[in-house]
Amino acid sequence: MSTAPALKDWPLWEVFVRSKQGLEHKHCGSLHAADAAQALHMARDVYTRRQEGVSIWVVPSASITASNPDDKGELFDPAADKIYRHPTFYEIPEEVGHM
Amino acid sequence: MYTQAMDIPDESGKKLAVVPGAASEQEAAFEARIAADGRIEPQDWMPEAYRKTLVRQISQHAHSEIVGMLPEGNWISRAPSLKRKAILIAKVQDEGGHGLYLYSAAETLGTGRDEMLAGLHSGKAKYSSIFNYPTLNWADVGVIGWLVDGAAIMNQIPLCRCSYGPYARAMIRVCKEESFHQRQGYEALLVMMKGTDEQRAMVQDAVNRYWWKCLAMFGPPDADSPHSAQGMRWGIKRISNDELRQKFIDATVPQAKVLGVTLPDPDLKWNEERGHYDYGQIDWAEFWNTVEGNGPCNKERLATRVKAHNDGQWVRDAALAYARKQKERQVKEAA
Repeated sequence: MSTAPALKDWPLWEVFVRSKQGLEHKHCGSLHAADAAQALHMARDVYTRRQEGVSIWVVPSASITASNPDDKGELFDPAADKIYRHPTFYEIPEEVGHM
Repeated sequence: MYTQAMDIPDESGKKLAVVPGAASEQEAAFEARIAADGRIEPQDWMPEAYRKTLVRQISQHAHSEIVGMLPEGNWISRAPSLKRKAILIAKVQDEGGHGLYLYSAAETLGTGRDEMLAGLHSGKAKYSSIFNYPTLNWADVGVIGWLVDGAAIMNQIPLCRCSYGPYARAMIRVCKEESFHQRQGYEALLVMMKGTDEQRAMVQDAVNRYWWKCLAMFGPPDADSPHSAQGMRWGIKRISNDELRQKFIDATVPQAKVLGVTLPDPDLKWNEERGHYDYGQIDWAEFWNTVEGNGPCNKERLATRVKAHNDGQWVRDAALAYARKQKERQVKEAA
């Protein structure tokens, strides 16, 4: 069976949806599209069929720079021993009340 | 979804072998994370066999969603009312969406969508066999919603806890939408059961034809399912085929009673001791025959799928040509 080439040339886009005014855009998936306008159209059809959003961002996947999972230790572990950055580190007399 | 297909090996799965021992540091870290019920994300190191198993399973799952649009799509133009037509269009569109979520999840493992589609179109990759049966009357659409999607939900809920993050997240979206599919089907059948004798007979006929096929959707019995153990160990599969099948039967019997239909199994009866329904023998020879490509609709489904893809080529080309032209124009204007 001969088949036409699929989506090879359509770049991948990451989709971010704001579910409600006042909330942040959240990553919800990806899709292939020829250009940004088409990516927006398709994101609307694929990810907001049930009023899941009031705003959509699409970003070419190739434009995202991600941290390397192998660097997780050096990137994030130094924060582990800095417990004084959390409010619960400090003991305040109960009579002060909520602070 | 729709999947028995998950446990069915295809071409890509044949060379899979798990090599024990010689565990690298990366492998040990992977195993430790799996053992602690942690999640694996796309950039994390993973054994090749884990990656291949997931690509096979998620792409089969995606193919099932896409092929699953065909039997129901057949009834869009024949729906009995505008309301049922709108519902059916929404459901079929959902299935297309589910396919897209799943292809996206599979792509994070490094296999392109073109490659996956080529596997489907050449007949190398499998999809759920339930779609290789015809939809003969309107009640079939209701039964697909009630029983086929009902079986799919049973299968998919544990997948929301799958060890591979993108697959689990896709399944959460799918499960949220799947509940509508089952309820609309059951409700459509309830309406028919309140109709004429002829309509009630149509519902019973559809149930008779689909019941055993739905039980087979859960895949071969645990004893004959060699892939399952590894899938369980990796946290890809959480509940065994037989256990899911039993859960489905136990949940469905009371629903059939409310609906007023009988399930076509003389051995189906409550077992007080086990606290479950006993059921009869599934025809596995017929199941495997369909998986191998010899079911009543295999050829038609695949041919329809390939034709739709080929007929859409000019649309994909045109979109790309338009995008290129717009880009060129922007560059010229900027210059």
